[in-house]
Amino acid sequence: MVGSDKFPVSSPRWLLAELTYTCPLQCPYCSNPVDFARHKDELDTEDWLRVFSEAREMGAVQLGLSGGEPLVRQDLPILVRHARELGYYVNLITSGYKLNEDRIAELKNAGLDHIQVSIQAPEKTLNNYLAGTESFEQKKEVARLVKKHGYPMVLCVVIHRQNIHLMREILEMAVELEADYLELANTQYYGWAHLNRDQLLPTREQFQEAEAIAQDYKEKLKGKMKIYYVVPDYYEDRPKACMNGWGTTFLTIAPDGLALPCHEARSLPGLDCPNVRDMSVHDIWLHSDAFNKFRGYDWMKEPCRSCPEKTKDFGGCRCQAYLFTGDMTAADPVCGKSPHRHAVFEAIASARSAAETGETKPMVFRNTKNSKSFSG
Amino acid sequence: MALDAQSLFAFSPLHRLQWEEAQQRYVILYPEGLVELNLPAAEILKLCDGTRDLDGIVSELETKFETTGLRDDISELLQSALDNGWIRQIPRQ
Repeated sequence: MVGSDKFPVSSPRWLLAELTYTCPLQCPYCSNPVDFARHKDELDTEDWLRVFSEAREMGAVQLGLSGGEPLVRQDLPILVRHARELGYYVNLITSGYKLNEDRIAELKNAGLDHIQVSIQAPEKTLNNYLAGTESFEQKKEVARLVKKHGYPMVLCVVIHRQNIHLMREILEMAVELEADYLELANTQYYGWAHLNRDQLLPTREQFQEAEAIAQDYKEKLKGKMKIYYVVPDYYEDRPKACMNGWGTTFLTIAPDGLALPCHEARSLPGLDCPNVRDMSVHDIWLHSDAFNKFRGYDWMKEPCRSCPEKTKDFGGCRCQAYLFTGDMTAADPVCGKSPHRHAVFEAIASARSAAETGETKPMVFRNTKNSKSFSG
Repeated sequence: MALDAQSLFAFSPLHRLQWEEAQQRYVILYPEGLVELNLPAAEILKLCDGTRDLDGIVSELETKFETTGLRDDISELLQSALDNGWIRQIPRQ
């Protein structure tokens, strides 16, 4: 129960504002829902300003402006200015596509704290293939301009089988661009990435080799560049503590105003997520069924229910449990104790076979045309 | 990096130190992260404004809290802040 002695509700710390599903890029591992094309009715400026104020009042302090590509929102400087005035630390999470120096200066002036630029690969051909656009040189230029204007520069590279063999080159590129932080995010297999898993999931040997290189640089660059390494959970034995626990820390607002306990939660059937158009952030966080659904431990089944590690990993990821087992209350199947663990091994074997034989389906790129085919 | 007691200490331009009303504490904010500070740590870091060296910070806090013997604790906190990139040392001209 909400606010009971048994499981007190903490306040949100992180607000992820997905300002739009529009994006000039077509990355085949995009975290947006595959049916994004059906959700067209974007929140307007006033809605977002209100949401920022309400979430700040609840205690949120980190704000991620994301998408799609947040730069396509013409009201971005207004949103940034308001957020900064409220005291948020404002993060812009962007592909950098068409970001020019004037805009970078304008956003700095509005109070933007940090720009995270994603690069798909450390070389032009592969970057442009994965992004589905000519964008490599321009992204590197953006990275330099971000630095020039005094922002902390965070480079994000999503890692998968198409680029994992270039780990050393990725790290060298980050050094060359003088990144303050490098996020090496192993692909998490939901949505588009799940569709393309056979083409994207690296083998265990590839992971181990890449991780060793990353660890080596981490040591070498200590004090100069911080390296965040997001682990590939398929090869782990224990699930990730997804979202630091459901409804404890993170609040995502989708472009159409849907409030989600994690940005993938839209894929869970029957969750009935509330919309900021109908409900205040306060009521959504404290009183909505969706945010209360997996708080605490009462919802758990075995093996989670009696597991001593449940307070550490919260049973893992609800969306991953649903994807593999069809049951969102099951243990995350990457867990060694899950009775569905074999399904993860099968996924790994299937991707390995695709890697070894070269026989894979064509990659499904994230674009409106493909999304419409998933929109029913 | 080793702590240089003679340097002036300044808060990192890549981090933000801020009071959080909802949490009733100071936090350090940086790209996609935050650190919650206890009161002594916050008192020390607030004085890292580029005008004080170690002696300056020690005497300021010993006066404020009417006590002595804070030097070791302060020096330890500054070292850890330096390692975490929260502060910078500016050598005196």
